[in-house]
This record gives sequence, structure tokens and C-alpha cells, in this order.
Amino acid sequence: MAGFLSLFRRLEGPQTLGRGPAFWALFALVLAGALAYPLFSDGYTVGNTVYFFVWVFIALSLSLIWGYGGSLSFGQTAFFGIAGYGYGILTINFGAAYGFTWIALLLAVGMAALVAALLGYFMFFGRIAGVFLGIVTLAVTLMLERFMAQTAGPEWRIGAARLNGFNGMSAMPPLTIPWFGGPIVLFADVGLYYVVLAMLVLVYLGLRILMNSAFGNVIVAIRENPERAEMLGYDIRKYQLITFVIGAALAGLSGVLYTVWGQYITPSSMGMTAASLPLIWVAVGGRSDLTATIIGTLAVLSGFQALTIYGSQYALVFMGVLLVLTVLIAPNGLVLGVINWITKLVTRRKSEAA
Amino acid sequence: MALLQLRDVNKHFGGLHVTNSVNLVLEQGEIHCLIGPNGAGKSTLFRLILGEHHPGSGQIYFAGEDITTLKSFARIRRGLSVKFQVPGVFKGLSVRQNLEIALQSRLHGAALDQEIERLLAFLNLEAEQAQLAGNLSHGQKQWLEIGMAIALKPRLLLLDEPTAGMSPEETHMTGEMVRRLNAAGMTVLAIEHDMAFVRQVAQRVTVLHLGQVFAQGSIDEIVADERVAAIYLGQAHA
Ligand SMILES: Nc1ncnc2c1ncn2[C@@H]1O[C@H](COP(=O)(O)OP(=O)(O)O)[C@@H](O)[C@H]1O
Ligand SMILES: [Mg+2]
Repeated sequence: MAGFLSLFRRLEGPQTLGRGPAFWALFALVLAGALAYPLFSDGYTVGNTVYFFVWVFIALSLSLIWGYGGSLSFGQTAFFGIAGYGYGILTINFGAAYGFTWIALLLAVGMAALVAALLGYFMFFGRIAGVFLGIVTLAVTLMLERFMAQTAGPEWRIGAARLNGFNGMSAMPPLTIPWFGGPIVLFADVGLYYVVLAMLVLVYLGLRILMNSAFGNVIVAIRENPERAEMLGYDIRKYQLITFVIGAALAGLSGVLYTVWGQYITPSSMGMTAASLPLIWVAVGGRSDLTATIIGTLAVLSGFQALTIYGSQYALVFMGVLLVLTVLIAPNGLVLGVINWITKLVTRRKSEAA
Repeated sequence: MALLQLRDVNKHFGGLHVTNSVNLVLEQGEIHCLIGPNGAGKSTLFRLILGEHHPGSGQIYFAGEDITTLKSFARIRRGLSVKFQVPGVFKGLSVRQNLEIALQSRLHGAALDQEIERLLAFLNLEAEQAQLAGNLSHGQKQWLEIGMAIALKPRLLLLDEPTAGMSPEETHMTGEMVRRLNAAGMTVLAIEHDMAFVRQVAQRVTVLHLGQVFAQGSIDEIVADERVAAIYLGQAHA
């Protein structure tokens, strides 16, 4: 019981912005707004919002590995793809009955984690770090994209599931909850919205606890100075590997939810563009903080979608400009910069009033 | 009993013979100073002891165990600890968190907080505890890293130029601290240029020159040794 309570205390700490009653009141307010939002909107728009939420998990995975851990990984989209395809292959073969879609979700995420464990073992225990880690993960991602792209022929099938090359895999069943009056199928609508929102809240709070724990301390210590961290007796390879695997699982969750949302996944979800976009969201938001990452990701994604109406090429150029601006003005992230600026103003106001 | 023993340790960097058949015995409970001109191979010897470099030949024993092939973190867990020449504090984290990370594998909860407070007071960093370690002065960074090194409660503390950048008073305080830790049972091996500090703490001194053990003895014997004076003078002329 005491151990359980101490978990709650870890919701706040040096590794995460936001503490005290004011922050949690704001959190509750935002959550209440998110819960009430479908009541004031239509199913289509709500479904569209789910699409934004889907990407937050992969953004959080990058925040974890890159922002907190200090290792830039281009491999997140590979894990996204592995889990997405994994879900498709499993559910197309075994269907959606008896709640199997949920087992498929877990298995697919587990698959991404397993691949990350193998790749991560090779990288971290081989002491590959810095730029080389970026290169290796990018190579794996692009290789996977190339491989999936050439699977158009009918011989590329796993059981009933055709891989379908560049056209991608489709028609996998959505998440389905078995129910007495007949199964509840979660199409991209209000039902899926609540499920994904619940996952988002759990993952966000879970990561806050993890990063403010002793484990999180070691992760940021490795980012700051790996040699010093090792010289305090930490086997840093183990910590890096675990972080990488957790990150891969989160990216995989994004992949499954993406596939579930559109009942569709293609190799381009692992391509160069797909691999760089999450980097931009996370860099713009503020990679070293979970909250800033979420706000940044949602803001940039909405902006991106608004611009896409005028043509996706403009939107991509805008992304590039945004990244350059961030690097020049607020290298730690625009959202994080603004939050820190407001915090400073408020504390100054308070100390002046005192 | 020998706590640390180096047997015929050799290390080459390309054609450079940085550590040349070094034999060194550190007795349990002593304060031992390692001196020698710049480039003599003192820091390299520390990195060999810590497992950051691996010797081309020779063995390293710690508390009777051959640790020559052990990984660094495993050596630390057996009771070694180090303060590097260039302070490697976690610059982007607060002073307090730096200490917490050093202490957390040994202490938890209230005991952890108490020990952090004690160390902050001991290091004279109470006022700076919320600051980022990167914003400390050079001397304060040295103190903080010494604090992190002793937080592990090591059996053998390695200090690489602990007083560099400190004022004479601070140097003296550091010396007193080392003696107090030693009195409590900690064995210390310190690389130091400041002869006042060496005189203050050292029970035995080893002179390293061109990667070789050049002389060994009490501080008075070393200071009286004309050959030792010559290598320092030689360097001054070079
Ligand atoms: N990683 C390295 N690679 C190549 N040469 C090195 C390396 N580290 C130290 N050296 C060289 O080894 C010699 C001894 O260096 P060091 O052990 O730092 O000396 P000291 O600490 O006694 O001043 C110097 O000539 C230095 O340039
Ligand atoms: Mg040196």
C-alpha cells in the first residue's frame, strides 16, 4: 500500500513540468473538456481527433528515447509499421471474435518490442551511440519500407493476409469489444475516441511516474554524461535497452491504433517522410518534457492538417521552416520555451506581490 | 592487506607507451598520492584501474579479486569510486538531483533525503541545491563531483586533481575532508600537483614519469630526491 502511494508521489518530479494543485486542476479541466467534447461534436470530427491522438504515442516514444535518453532514433516508424502490419496479419487470419482484436493489439505491440530488444541489444551492447545510432535505426526503417514495398505479388501472404506491396494492407477488423447483445465494433468514432483517450491518459501518467522514478533519474543522467553515469555503478547499456524497448512498444501502439483507425496500413508509413515528421513534432514541442511533447504534437498536427487543404507540399515545406525556426529560436522546443517563460512571469509576479 | 594491486600493467596508445610495466600496491586504509609531470600517464592509470581502458598486458587486483577484465560499472559496485580530472557532473540537472542519482542505489525515501541534506551541508552547496550543476563555478563543480564520488561509500576513492581551480583555503578544506574520510576507513588514491595538499594528506607518494614508476616513498623522501626535482625541472625547461 505504501509502495502504491509512493507511485502517486512520482507523478510530480524534476523530470516533468507541472506540479501542485494548480497544475492538476488544469489537468482535470482539460480531461473533462476532452471527455465532454464528443457531446458537442459530430462523429466524423471526433473520429478525426482520434487520428491526432494516435500519433501522440509515437511522439511520446521519441520524447522518451531522444528527449530524456539522449539517443536520436529514426527507428520509431519501423516499430510503428511492424506493429501495424502485425495487427493486420493477426486479425485478418484469426478474426475479431472473442475479443481477439485486443490480444492482437498486445501481440503486435509485443512484436515491436521484441524486434527493438534484438536491435537494441546489438546497438547498446555493441556501444553504438550518437550519430551512429541514428544511422543504424534509419537504415533499419528504410530497409523495412523497401522490403514491404516489393511484396505486391500474390506469393507474399501470411495465411489469409496479403501484404500487397505499395498498395498496403487493408480490411483488417477494427478493435471489437465482445458484448452480450452482440459485439461492439469500434469504428473511427466516439467509441474509439474514448478508448484511445483512456490509453493516452494512462500512458501519460505512467510515463510521468517512470521518468520521476529512480529509473528516470538514471535515464537523464545517461543523456547528460554516460561516462559519469557508468562511474556511479549503473550498467547504462541495460537502461538504454529498456528505454528503447518501452519506446518501441509505444511506437507500436501508435501503429496498431493507426491501422485500427483507418483499417489500412502501407509501407510509406515507414518511409523517410513518415520517419522525420514525429521528430519535428517532438522537437517543436519540447522533447525533454512529456507535456510539452503532447501539446506540440497536437498543435503541429492540427496546423499541418489545416495547411494540407491548400496542398500537402506546402504543408511539408512549412514543417521544414518550423523545424529550422525552432532550432534557431528555441532549441529546446517552442512549447517548452513558452511554458518556461510563463512560469517565470508567474513566479516573478508572485515574488513581487510577496 | 593490499586493497589495490597493479602487476606489470602496460598500455600503448599507438606508438606511445603511456603505461610502462607499472607495479603499484595500495594498502588498505592509506592515503596515497600519485604525482608526476603533465603527460606522465597518471590519468591513464586511473582509467586502467576503472576499466575505461584495458591494459595490453598485466593484471589489476582489487580486494584480492582479479578485476582486469571487469566492466567499469561492476568495478564501481565492488567499491571503487572516482572524481575525474575534468568534472563530469550532470550539467542539465540540479545539484540536488546529481547527488540523488549518486545515492539512490544505496538509500531510499527519508534516509535518501537526509543523506542529500547532509552532503549538501558537507559540500557547502546548500544554497545552490536547486541550481543546475552546469551553472556552478569550477570549484563548486569539483566539490559536487567529489560529493558524488563519496556518496557511493567506496572502499577506494580515486581523486584526479581534486583541488585544481580551488583557492588555498578551499584546497586545505579538501585536504581535511580527505583525511576525515580516511579516518572513517576509506582508502584514497589522489593525483595532485599542489604540493601543500600532498604534504597535508599523503602517507605515501608515488612519482610517475613517462609511464613508469619513477620513485616511491614518504613525502619528505620524495622532496629530498634530486632525480625527482630534475624531472620537474626538465619539464619546466621543455
Ligand atoms: N585516449 C588517448 N589516446 C591517445 N593518447 C592519449 C589518450 N589519453 C592520453 N593520451 C596520451 O597519453 C599521455 C598521458 O596522458 P595522461 O594519462 O592524461 O597524463 P597525466 O594525467 O599524467 O597528465 C599523454 O601524452 C596523452 O596525450
Ligand atoms: Mg591527468
